[in-house]
Amino acid sequence: MSALLQFKDVDVHYGPIQALKKVNLEVNQGEIVTMIGSNGAGKSTLLMSIFGQPRISSGEIIYQGEDISKKSAHYVASNGLAQSPEGRRIFPGMSVEENLLMGTIPIGMAHCDEDMQHMFELFPRLKERRNQRASTMSGGEQQMLAIARALMSRPKLLLLDEPSLGLAPIIVKQIFQILADVASTGMTIFLVEQNANHALKLADRGYVLVNGEIRLTGSGDELLVNPEVREAYLGGH
Amino acid sequence: MNQQTGVNFGASIKDAVIAGLLALIVFGPIVGVLLDGYDFSARPGDLATIVAVVMFGRFVISIFVQSDVGRKFLYRHAMKEDGVTVTAPDYKSKMYYILPIVIVIGLLVPFVATKYILTVVILGLIYVLLGLGLNIVVGLAGLLDLGFVGFYAIGAYGLALGYEYLGLGFWSMLPIAAVMAAIAGAILGFPVLRMHGDYLAIVTLGFGEIIRLVLTNWTEFTHGPNGVSAPLPTLFGLEFQRRSREGTPFHEFFGLPFDSAYKYMFVYLILFVVVLAVLYVKHRLTRMPIGRAWEALREDEIACRSLGLNHVLVKLSAFMLGASTGGIAGVFFATYQGFVNPSSFTFFESALILAIVVLGGMGSTLGVVIAAFVLTVMPEMLREFADYRVLMFGILMVVMMIWKPRGLVRVTRKGFATRKGAVK
Repeated sequence: MSALLQFKDVDVHYGPIQALKKVNLEVNQGEIVTMIGSNGAGKSTLLMSIFGQPRISSGEIIYQGEDISKKSAHYVASNGLAQSPEGRRIFPGMSVEENLLMGTIPIGMAHCDEDMQHMFELFPRLKERRNQRASTMSGGEQQMLAIARALMSRPKLLLLDEPSLGLAPIIVKQIFQILADVASTGMTIFLVEQNANHALKLADRGYVLVNGEIRLTGSGDELLVNPEVREAYLGGH
Repeated sequence: MNQQTGVNFGASIKDAVIAGLLALIVFGPIVGVLLDGYDFSARPGDLATIVAVVMFGRFVISIFVQSDVGRKFLYRHAMKEDGVTVTAPDYKSKMYYILPIVIVIGLLVPFVATKYILTVVILGLIYVLLGLGLNIVVGLAGLLDLGFVGFYAIGAYGLALGYEYLGLGFWSMLPIAAVMAAIAGAILGFPVLRMHGDYLAIVTLGFGEIIRLVLTNWTEFTHGPNGVSAPLPTLFGLEFQRRSREGTPFHEFFGLPFDSAYKYMFVYLILFVVVLAVLYVKHRLTRMPIGRAWEALREDEIACRSLGLNHVLVKLSAFMLGASTGGIAGVFFATYQGFVNPSSFTFFESALILAIVVLGGMGSTLGVVIAAFVLTVMPEMLREFADYRVLMFGILMVVMMIWKPRGLVRVTRKGFATRKGAVK
């Protein structure tokens, strides 16, 4: 197995504050990898640094054998890395279909119809609301839309930033079920989450990020029973 | 609002008294006190009249909104649903029937209208162009530009100075001015790529002022406040002056008596065709990926970048296309006036163009066209009330903000139609 995405000794600074300290991680082809951590641990920073926002101060981010740490955001996004950003960030004034259409920017319209059909199979709720403005949908539906939009560019690696953010537990469960479905098609997923329980159950491997450093790593099941993780993220039961 | 059916006079009187007190505070120092030499003299009579008018008006409005008709009126206008209406993909706009009629009327105007009306309509069309240009930047891409008049000035001075120094006429300067303005748009666009909202507005405001100040102070090149004369367009080399320096003038060639209205008719016809062309281009652009990209950028820049949109290209294209439209408008302005000087390109012009876009409805093409005519033709028609122009402007804005905060014409966009058989 070759690493699709690899972080090598990555440091990120916000001015004098160091947000990431010598982070090493890798995501292999076909894997679901999760990164869990509490507020302010640097999870979103890590994900955004893949897109050069912020730029890393030292180290390398290798994607398909190429260092992308100095490339522009749109270059990275056009090369098979799709992101469902934190807080969903859908286009509120556009209809569902138009939002999905925006997702095809990196690859053009060639597979648009086929992929949109596929997304409506994956997310039947979106099909019901295809001509509705995105801002009028519920949080869960918006999250589905954000994931579907990311998938419209036929990514090699899907990056998800807290898809459970601000959603009701039952919706979170649905979202993770959908992610499992997506993963079963062979999609490589890198998931950044606070909801450790769900994320670790879904993931093949996991990393635990604490104060910008990777504290623990292991398979999803290992981390799920790890006493330290249980203490910190799973309520200690 | 409570649901009682009767009219509550007590509440209305209370409203009227409050409005009267406010009017007293606002108008007291302005109207009630007259500076008389080194003394003040009180004018209680005028003040009392104004306060009485305000109180009566407030009372009538208060009664009106409590009636059934008034309640319905309020309800209809209270729906402040934001954003864009997306129509069904097979929705047929009424414009398909109206547009040919408008074009025919537009082409007939110069042959029936008087010279005065023609000049007013030309001015209206110039502002339509300006509004359409700024609409790309402000309405579609969501970049607040307060210095749009800079591009207008570049187009106008491009024609005047190009004629003076290079001997270039209207027809050669029309495309060159568009390109020049577009380059200026790019020059302005680069440094402001990272800016949003207020900061962007201030930088663009500065840009507009810089252009005006350069034109005023670089007297060796631009003749400063004295201005420069600009040439008229020619019809295949035929000029529209009474006497031509070289060749025959238009009226002699066709054996017509000289009439200064011919040149306005000609300018109008070119302008009308150019406006139609620009309208068509703008219409297509909003349906192209670049148009969607502008709107997406307005809605959420971070999402755009995460989707692989090159925000630099998208922003610059908006600035450049908007600016080039402004430049074209400038060329028409110069040729229509026959003369340009820096006082035509003050911040007030920028504010007027922005008002056209806001009043028309951000992003709405039809709205911009209507608003441009309302804001340029109306002051001409109401010449007698010239003193109250700014007051009417203000009242119009206040009324609009209350009842039509999204502009005269709400933006409707055709929903995206998937091809047949793709999605059932």
